[in-house]
Amino acid sequence: MAKKHKAVALISGGLDSLLAVRVLQEQGIEVEGINFYTGFCVEGHTHAIRNHDKDKQKRNNALWSAEQLGIKLHIVDVIQDYKEVLLNPKHGYGANMNPCLDCKIFMVNKAVEWVKENHESGFDFIITGEVIGQRPMSQRKETMPIVARESGADDILLRPLCAKNLPATKPELEGWVDREKLYGFSGRNRKPQMALAKQFGFTDYASPAGGCCFLTDKNYSDKLVDLWKGRGSREYEMDDIMLLKVGRHVRPKPEFKLIIARDAGESKFLEGYRKQFITMQVTSHNGPLALIDGDISAEDFDLAAGVVARYGQGRDAEQVDVEVSIPNEDKQLRQIKPLSTTDVLEEWHV
Amino acid sequence: MSEHHLDAKRMLCPMPVIKTQNKINELVAGDILHVTCTDPGALSDIPAWARINGHLIVSHQENDDEIIITVQVGK
Repeated sequence: MAKKHKAVALISGGLDSLLAVRVLQEQGIEVEGINFYTGFCVEGHTHAIRNHDKDKQKRNNALWSAEQLGIKLHIVDVIQDYKEVLLNPKHGYGANMNPCLDCKIFMVNKAVEWVKENHESGFDFIITGEVIGQRPMSQRKETMPIVARESGADDILLRPLCAKNLPATKPELEGWVDREKLYGFSGRNRKPQMALAKQFGFTDYASPAGGCCFLTDKNYSDKLVDLWKGRGSREYEMDDIMLLKVGRHVRPKPEFKLIIARDAGESKFLEGYRKQFITMQVTSHNGPLALIDGDISAEDFDLAAGVVARYGQGRDAEQVDVEVSIPNEDKQLRQIKPLSTTDVLEEWHV
Repeated sequence: MSEHHLDAKRMLCPMPVIKTQNKINELVAGDILHVTCTDPGALSDIPAWARINGHLIVSHQENDDEIIITVQVGK
């Protein structure tokens, strides 16, 4: 009996990777999925921290895709290794702070490494849901060979959705996969993918736009650049990138910023950081919890407390009580007048 | 068969899933893993991950702000 060939697929949770896998399954290829978590991946759960999003369906689209496809999914934490990609992208940034071409090369390279580490599982090649022209930087005809070459995947990287527009790869040349049954999609038009999804019976798939990275978001990228500028260093930790997704960020002085919860859900989430950060909260009225990120001097406590009070229900009061908690120290209570809307300068908002 | 515990509190998904996956990779079929989390997303993600990878969700309990999901390692 002929050997059954195996592929590992990069699963983002979007429609393209879902289709790429199904196209190969139709040819009898056994597929397992791999999903890389950089820390910047857009997750419904992060949004679900906020109260108004509580009713949103909580689902990880990569897991959901794998379940629809009936394949195993391996989720790999690449947070540390991804730092070098973000900080020093060889091919530069795409939209905002997204190092998209380097990111794609990095992920395919990680898949190559993973295949080697799991050689006993016998994977023969790697597939992605890439489509020529789908993304302005990483998915162009000129960049497709760069991804294959620089990732080290070379001719074992197959893109089933646009394979007919590219030179034949090893799985096609060796006859493991029938090139005639692959596709030649190109461009940003999503109709061919939607038609194929319909043909395969997929109706409830993730947004066809497929954006899956916070780094493509201008507001998020602005906050990241501000964080680096405030610290005088482009270093970051996991907690930093999570906190950039939460709260209102206000920087009244270059040395520190406030991360102010926008609702009870975010206040509850920020509670978990009390041991790591100085926190402030109005106690005489309802108000949000705020973290102080950076080096705040004692004389700036009233300024920071005034900003925090501006976002509580005592904003119009003559004076409110603000509890200041410094890790490993006794709590302080300060009486301050909340800053007015105009006192909190527009340029303080990150 | 042995019982194990994993603390995934304050982690946001998919980290509780990744930690669960990595822990289970060290265990053998039949072992029990109790995962404590705070992200409600884990309630859907850990069972989804378990289903597609051949593991069994034995139970899940929600106490105040904590969720404890018990997984039995599959073959």
